[in-house]
Amino acid sequence: MTSRRTLADREDVLGGVMLAPALAYVVLLVGVPFFLAIALSFSNATAGSLSFQWTGLGNYAAILRDPIFLRALRNSVVVTVGTQVLVIILATAAAQVFRATFRGKRVARFVMLLPWAVPVSLAAIAWTWIFDSTFSVINWTLKATGLLHGWLYWLGDPALALLAIIIVQAWRIFPFATVIVLASLSSIPQEILEAAIVDGAGFWRRLFQIELPLLLPVVAVAVLFGVVYTATDLGVVYILTGGGPANTTHVLPTLAFQRGILGADLGQGAAIAVFLLPFLIVVAIAMLRVARRAEVGGAAR
Amino acid sequence: MKRVALYAAALGFTLFAGFPFYWMLITTFKQNRDLYVGASDLSHIPWIFNDPPTLEHVKLLFGQTDFLRWVLNTLLVVAAVVVITVAVAVPAGYSLARLAGRWGERLGMGIFFTYLIPPTLLFVPFARLVSVLGLQDSLASLILIYPTMTIPFCTWLVMGFLRSVPWEIEEQAMIDGYSRLAVIVKVAPRLIVPGILTVIVFSFTLVLQEFVYALTFISSVDKMTVSLGVPIALVRGDVYHWGALMAAALFTSIPLAIVYNVFIDRFIQGFTMGAVKG
Repeated sequence: MTSRRTLADREDVLGGVMLAPALAYVVLLVGVPFFLAIALSFSNATAGSLSFQWTGLGNYAAILRDPIFLRALRNSVVVTVGTQVLVIILATAAAQVFRATFRGKRVARFVMLLPWAVPVSLAAIAWTWIFDSTFSVINWTLKATGLLHGWLYWLGDPALALLAIIIVQAWRIFPFATVIVLASLSSIPQEILEAAIVDGAGFWRRLFQIELPLLLPVVAVAVLFGVVYTATDLGVVYILTGGGPANTTHVLPTLAFQRGILGADLGQGAAIAVFLLPFLIVVAIAMLRVARRAEVGGAAR
Repeated sequence: MKRVALYAAALGFTLFAGFPFYWMLITTFKQNRDLYVGASDLSHIPWIFNDPPTLEHVKLLFGQTDFLRWVLNTLLVVAAVVVITVAVAVPAGYSLARLAGRWGERLGMGIFFTYLIPPTLLFVPFARLVSVLGLQDSLASLILIYPTMTIPFCTWLVMGFLRSVPWEIEEQAMIDGYSRLAVIVKVAPRLIVPGILTVIVFSFTLVLQEFVYALTFISSVDKMTVSLGVPIALVRGDVYHWGALMAAALFTSIPLAIVYNVFIDRFIQGFTMGAVKG
């Protein structure tokens, strides 16, 4: 480096100038609205008028007395946890299959990625048709194979509708989780596995005692993204059931939308959406810990 | 025996993942009288064409709905968002990776975390902001708000991408007498091209997939994007034109799937960078 230090060589100035627009966007249009969302939840703001008053915990007191909200909160937890359990099982199993070589693997991989690529609202409308009360192909197939004798009203029965929502969410997320698990499977040093085979460890032993523990940080990342994608998703439930029948299948985002936007009660909508924060904070803390552990591990290597 | 199990499992996963797309495909080209037979009639097999295929739903979609208008709207928003994202996120990513020193990593992580703040938390304040700015029911509202999703992730993507690009090329240019600024303007862009390409593809797919903000801001049918218009405006009252609906879903999914198949490895790199680096 020469001793001449003009403005064109000042890394701090250049760095600041190049970072400023992104920082401004993130602060003004994510940071400020984020705190505005929380602030609005303490107000009686409506969509129609600009004036509002602070109402303290009024919105929270109202929704916590509201059985529809409590049901939505419970549904959000059930759907998020149920989906992740299904996704972990499907993704680790699918990763074991797709690490092997077999004929037609390229085609299979392409098809596996389809659920991840399709816009969520279009996937949801396709599933709405698949779960149709009169024309459901699932019902036809179950009846034709003799597994079903009555009739399943997939989106008309609260419990079945929740199951349908979990199936669609898991279908949407597991290909992504599979690819992440696959990527990290290939990063496990071959010597470790060979040593285990020499020592006589079978497939299941290798899977549960060597691969899964080594995969844990990566599976954790996949699960965390999965939690964010499921807990905060509005499209699937909005299109599949619209929160119905009789408001039994709402999740937090759809209820927040119904009250805040359709009902024009921004304050209450914001208060409902704020209950998404615990999900996100847990995810953020867990991600930081995973990242730090990976950093320590990387330094030791 | 083991091979049989492998193929059975591979087939099972592929069927589960692909089944809704098969259903879109067969619904798109089925005649109505073949489509609307109740599932309790076991003699009519819904999995196959019982009558000859037809193009009537495709014609309905392109001729009598606003589908092409929505495609046009979507492309317009995509183009604007891609330009904004590249102009803002690429310099920021470079700055964090090469100029910000020890702070770059932490600041990058902080920006990435804002990607986790979901539209379903922000749509309430945005609904207010958009109406204060007088942008309700306009494509401009989407063009303003969508970069809040693309910029954090793409900044992170570019930062991570630059970590894998050796510093030596830029260093050599400086030894050759380039100023730091000249390196950024003349040397660095060539090095980042693959990263920029990923940013474009990611922004493109994200805009095509977005539903929440579009649902919140847009109410006129002629301002809708594909992912909003198809599930909302193609359903007239209680009448679902399933043939046209599935045709729209199919024709939108196919190009996206091809793009994903090509770029999936880069996305995964971006997502797992925090966990599997080193």
